[in-house]
Amino acid sequence: MSVGTIAASPARTASPRNIGIAGLVMGSLAWVITLPPILVRTPVPSVILALLAMVAGAIAAVNGERRIGIGGFLLAVLALGLAFANTNAGVGHLKLVFTWSVLVAAMLRYATPLLFAALGGIISERSGVINIGLEGMMLMGAYFGIWGADVFHSWALGCLVAIASGGLLALAHAVFSISLRGNQVVSGTGINFLAVGITGYFFIAHYGNNGTPSNISQVPNVKLPLIQNVAFFGDAIGNTNLLTWIGLALVPVLSVFLFRTRWGLRLRAVGEKPRAADTVGLPVIPIRYAAVIVSGMFAALGGAYLSVGFVGSFNQNMTEGRGFIALAAVIFGKWRPAGALIATLIFGFGSALANRLPTFSQSLGTLFQALPYVLTLVAVAGVIGRSRAPASIGIPYVKE
Amino acid sequence: MSTLDEETQADALAEEEATGAAVTSPARLTAYARGARGVLVPILTTLIAFIVGGFVVLLTGHNPFSTYKAIFQGTGLQWIFPWVTGASRTTAAFDLQQTLISTTPLILVGLAVAFAFRAGLFNIGGQGQYTVGGITAVWIGSSFSSMPPVLHITIAVVAAGLAGAAWAGIAGILKAGLGVNEVISTIMLNWIAIWGGVFLFGLGGPLQDPHQKSVPVSSTVVSSAKLPVFWGNAALQGLHIGLFIALAGVVVFWVILSRTRLGYEIRATGLNPDAASYAGINVAKNYFMAMAISGTFAGVAAAMDILGWKFNLFTNDIQASTVGFLGIAVALLGRNTAVGVVFAALLFGALETGTSDRFLDPSVFDPNLASNLTWMIQGLIVLLVSTDLIALKILKSGRGIRVIFKRRAKREEATA
Repeated sequence: MSVGTIAASPARTASPRNIGIAGLVMGSLAWVITLPPILVRTPVPSVILALLAMVAGAIAAVNGERRIGIGGFLLAVLALGLAFANTNAGVGHLKLVFTWSVLVAAMLRYATPLLFAALGGIISERSGVINIGLEGMMLMGAYFGIWGADVFHSWALGCLVAIASGGLLALAHAVFSISLRGNQVVSGTGINFLAVGITGYFFIAHYGNNGTPSNISQVPNVKLPLIQNVAFFGDAIGNTNLLTWIGLALVPVLSVFLFRTRWGLRLRAVGEKPRAADTVGLPVIPIRYAAVIVSGMFAALGGAYLSVGFVGSFNQNMTEGRGFIALAAVIFGKWRPAGALIATLIFGFGSALANRLPTFSQSLGTLFQALPYVLTLVAVAGVIGRSRAPASIGIPYVKE
Repeated sequence: MSTLDEETQADALAEEEATGAAVTSPARLTAYARGARGVLVPILTTLIAFIVGGFVVLLTGHNPFSTYKAIFQGTGLQWIFPWVTGASRTTAAFDLQQTLISTTPLILVGLAVAFAFRAGLFNIGGQGQYTVGGITAVWIGSSFSSMPPVLHITIAVVAAGLAGAAWAGIAGILKAGLGVNEVISTIMLNWIAIWGGVFLFGLGGPLQDPHQKSVPVSSTVVSSAKLPVFWGNAALQGLHIGLFIALAGVVVFWVILSRTRLGYEIRATGLNPDAASYAGINVAKNYFMAMAISGTFAGVAAAMDILGWKFNLFTNDIQASTVGFLGIAVALLGRNTAVGVVFAALLFGALETGTSDRFLDPSVFDPNLASNLTWMIQGLIVLLVSTDLIALKILKSGRGIRVIFKRRAKREEATA
């Protein structure tokens, strides 16, 4: 038997990559089996699974699959810790926190605003313009969405007003960062300050200290009669907000647009090599303008979900840093719509869990709120595969 | 005055003629630090922002002049005028003390952001470093009840500074070692610090005040760690000596940058990392040092607030605080120079005090509106300083508008 066949034949079944993936699966299982509905009450099976996962991760890492290997190893360590915590906790508490259908529904609720803003961020950043101002654009959508819904007595018009307001603020960002060639990070920071001021000012000027009225038209939930009574799915997705479905639908749409259409290619070309794009006759500046404005519209719709979609009211600075989580999702998802979806679902799940953990331990839930940021920091540090930004991001383009 | 900046500026200006391009890099934002224009542009920027803010006030049916006048009177700055006497002088003195209390941390966070800028780094993490510094200061300030005051204060301030340095240092190491963009890492570190603080002092958290189990707050700073008050009544929140510590920070900032080898290397790195590296400067080390020193300023800023007048830390205070973010505006308006930061901090400190509901006459203008007006003005100022084109065009000095860095343009061309 030659060396070649030895190397080649295990490649299909036991390649470092497959071993690494097996490690990831075993690591996850080590945690999952201690949760409802399985509820293993002793840590022994988890320890065995986690150790196997660590070995698999180490093998994969040594044999060239560094990303999956190290990721699997770290996941196993984390899962082991969580499994010990679970086996020591009361069954009643676990069942209360890990009601999966409720968790999934909450995950979707938390993920929706992040998803819209993250998709917007992808569009802007793919065209080469950093959008730190997502937070401010969301806030604009949150206030002007509810104002529009109140004034025109229609949630649909409210959403349109939100989209327009976000686009308008994004236009300011575009003027300063594209035409005036300002520093995009500085401009975005200014946009965020400005949005806090504008929304707060008009909110107080229009509604005073009474807040928004309680009878504002809200974006309806989509009731799926077929699965409403199905055990798990009924509670999880049977009664979900319309905007959540729109957000989820936008992911494949944007994916196809970016990677399968001519205009998507042009957008990416402008963000990677604007000089080359210009040379073949693409209008670099207008494309960047369009991208930034559309990104503001997306982010504003995410903000509108918070006010018109979910709570039905507005309070000052109600986005509370969600724009920055969306920014994290853009980076964590490697500037891809599908990646951003996964990132926002993970972050949303973290928030959903954080929201339910106080029944269990008051302080522990808070730490889960930091999860998106820690994960993103780890991701940009390159431990689990480095995120690479579009090549010309942050650099204003000057036509020769 | 160093020749380094001047040469690079001259270089950049020559470059501008050749390429006709402009890039507002962090270092470029300091390029106008000197000369009359360096003073005029920020003043003009501020004026534009106030005028736009005035129009918003006008549009919503208020008188902008009486509004601004009431805000000014709330700041207490009229104290410097000799003709203000009697009871109004007493009130003005109290108001001015509050303005300077707000100015103190703003000077330090402004220095923090400015210092990183001079190394070509954008430290958006001032808020996180401020938070970590505050957590450390309140922890040490509320422990050790029988320590001599000078020692206790020194330990608390130094520890807060080190905590800020360590927090910023994480971003510095990631930048130096792995090339991670410091904008992204410092944003993430901000929110990790904020949620970490909420965890520590929140209900059931490890550092929550053991005497009030139902309130999410830290323990209270003991009297030996409180900064002495030198102007006004200590019981009525008089002005503490933190102002002098902040002004000492200004001197330290200037000395490090302009009078030490480290400062020279940091500035060289900021102006052109490739050239600095070619000249034998350890760019990675300087990135780390710049971030660590930057974080020290932010950490000390929080110690001034905690030991000077707050004395404890509520979790919703941690979440609502914006001091570190304002540091960005202060640094940019102050042109990343030591003196500029002081004046910019005074402006923002005065705005904050003048528009707060304690000092603004509600019969003239609703303080809730005014505080949002402040946000708008601050946002406009930051937007306008992101590019100096508008202010410069008004000054009709077309020559200085277009500046670009050789390397970046060439790199872009080479890859294009």
